[in-house]
Amino acid sequence: MSKKIKLLLVDDEENFVNTLAERMKMRDMGSEVAHDGETALEMVKDEKPDVMVLDLRMPGIDGVEVLRKVKKAHPDVQVIVLTGHGSEQDQEVCMQLGAYEYHKKPVDIDRLVKSIKGAYRQKMEDMMVAATFAEANDHADADKVMKESDD
Amino acid sequence: MSRLASLLKHPLRELQSEVDEVVSPGRYTLLRRKIICIMVAASLIPLSVMAVLNYYEHQNAMAREIQNPLRVLVNKTKNSFELFLAERTSTVSLIASAYTHAELADQNKLARIFAVMQKEFEGFVDLGLIDADGNQINYVGPYSLKGKNYAEQRWFQEVRLKGKYVSDVFMGFRKFPHVIIAVQHTTEDGRTWILRATLDTRQFERIIASMSLEPDADAFLVNTEGLLQTNSNNYGKVLEKMALPLPPQTFEPTVLLTTDPKGREIFLSYAYFPEADFVLMAVKPKASVLKTWYTVRGDLLFVFLLGVAAVLLAAMGVTNALIRRMKEAEDRRELALREVEHSQKLSSIGRLAAGVAHEVNNPLAIINEKTGLMKDILTMQQTDFPKKEKLLAQVESVLRAVERCRGITHRMLGFARRMDVTSEELDLGELIAETASFLANEAMHRKVEVRLDIDPELPRIVSDRSQLQQVFLNLFNNALAAVADGGRIEAIARPKDDGVVVTVRDNGCGMSEETLNHIFEPFFTTKKGTGTGLGLSITYGIVKRLGGEIAVESTQGVGSTLTITLPKGQREALA
Repeated sequence: MSKKIKLLLVDDEENFVNTLAERMKMRDMGSEVAHDGETALEMVKDEKPDVMVLDLRMPGIDGVEVLRKVKKAHPDVQVIVLTGHGSEQDQEVCMQLGAYEYHKKPVDIDRLVKSIKGAYRQKMEDMMVAATFAEANDHADADKVMKESDD
Repeated sequence: MSRLASLLKHPLRELQSEVDEVVSPGRYTLLRRKIICIMVAASLIPLSVMAVLNYYEHQNAMAREIQNPLRVLVNKTKNSFELFLAERTSTVSLIASAYTHAELADQNKLARIFAVMQKEFEGFVDLGLIDADGNQINYVGPYSLKGKNYAEQRWFQEVRLKGKYVSDVFMGFRKFPHVIIAVQHTTEDGRTWILRATLDTRQFERIIASMSLEPDADAFLVNTEGLLQTNSNNYGKVLEKMALPLPPQTFEPTVLLTTDPKGREIFLSYAYFPEADFVLMAVKPKASVLKTWYTVRGDLLFVFLLGVAAVLLAAMGVTNALIRRMKEAEDRRELALREVEHSQKLSSIGRLAAGVAHEVNNPLAIINEKTGLMKDILTMQQTDFPKKEKLLAQVESVLRAVERCRGITHRMLGFARRMDVTSEELDLGELIAETASFLANEAMHRKVEVRLDIDPELPRIVSDRSQLQQVFLNLFNNALAAVADGGRIEAIARPKDDGVVVTVRDNGCGMSEETLNHIFEPFFTTKKGTGTGLGLSITYGIVKRLGGEIAVESTQGVGSTLTITLPKGQREALA
């Protein structure tokens, strides 16, 4: 893992999220912090993080909604849900919406790190597959152009 | 009273509100009393009215039936009297006209004529010839009345006036009751004589005797002035004033219901004589006449009382059954309410636990991160200071405590999930083993062998964990109650078609046929005093709700086997 993983931590509990960000930095992960849904969505657009750690219960746009929007606009961003309130139904919904993993607070730091790394690997794989497809498409397009120019 | 009226008008509504509003244990007694009262009133009132109507109808019919023969008898007897008097009168009249004055005045001749008369007709006492001036010219009879003058006597004046005369009964010179028949005869040459015969009224008595009346009945002849002409049993001797008032005059035989001076109710039948101043009267006391009626009345009363008893019994029986049904329904409703209440209580406890767990999780996460950061700083950065090791140990300890708290809150959330009626995929074998372990202590204490035989191939089923736990807990409890110390309980679980069959078998006391028939009914219990009779009925309800079947087999003294079949079930698709 040569590249530094870009992390976005979203939680309205500042005490919690700032501390978590600091700990992640100590583990060589670039951590940005958002305290509500709107900010989170902006930052996803601007910062293009690799992995997002998302709380569900937040004022304004809640976690489930953020997850839905992020997965729609930026499907390559991997989302890990970390919540203190989640029920089994929430878990079910999040997994269906494309969350990578679902954790309940409080979570063991090693477990979370492992999950983040897994998510990052997943993202890389996805990008590679996408790139291969894109390449294939490019070739196809090129062939098409060539053929057209031949005519 | 108005309460009763409204009860009668809207019995059902009233009773319903009755059931709803009264909550004291005495309500059923009150309700029962009311229902019985209504039922009894509704059936006894028409019955009584019928009985009373019947009573009077019968009485009238009987009275008519009694009066008719009485009337006929009086008529017949009156005719006898009339015939008797007519015969005697015409005899005297014949003699008066058939013989000459000379013949009648001859003592011997008259004696002979009298002898013939006495022979042919009973009752003649004497015979006398009287001239137009009232002098007795000739006389045959037991008294010496010759030469006596009758000119001043009423009968003489009457006979001179009318030509024929029948007297009332009177004593006269003879000192015994007698009747005079006098006939006046006038020859063509203007000579007038009167032939007078005396009749013994014993003849009257004989005619009355021929009526052959019952001993308590009475019949007599009375004249139009109310003087008795014959002896009466109850109303005076001959020639005394009759103790009864004279009834209104009628020649037709008539029956009156009246009261005599002694206060007895009597049927008085009577008829006036058209030819003589006599009234024939027959008296029968009502009491004796109505003897048949009293028998009928007794029968009527008996039938009526029988009807009343039947109505009372029916009302009591029906009401008791009704009340019992109501009580059962009430109890069942209460039980259902209690169950709902219980499950609601559990689910709110569950919700509370979940809420607490959720709320605690957030601060717990902060503690976790803060402490984690401390640990990171201590371990990942090259810092060194005195007592670093000790500090690190404290931090580790806090982290362990957080871990413990995490375990607690997650268990609380799990409990909350169990309280909701949900279906989840579960391992039935594990559930049975877990449930059996609750009773392990008691089983061990009583040296009861509990054997579990769970097929390892048993499919997982989707069902309600806590409800199933209750089912097996009930079955194991019952089995434990049935076996003696040192007995054996077996639970066998096997896959079957599209589900699972669990058999719980014990070698306990078993059940009788009677018990088997009622085993799933609520409140049926054989554990006198200690059982509620709800266990198996709840078990039955749960198994049915979960889509399963429950069956029981038992032999007295050998043991019981309860078999539960549960479907595999399907995980409900989540919304």
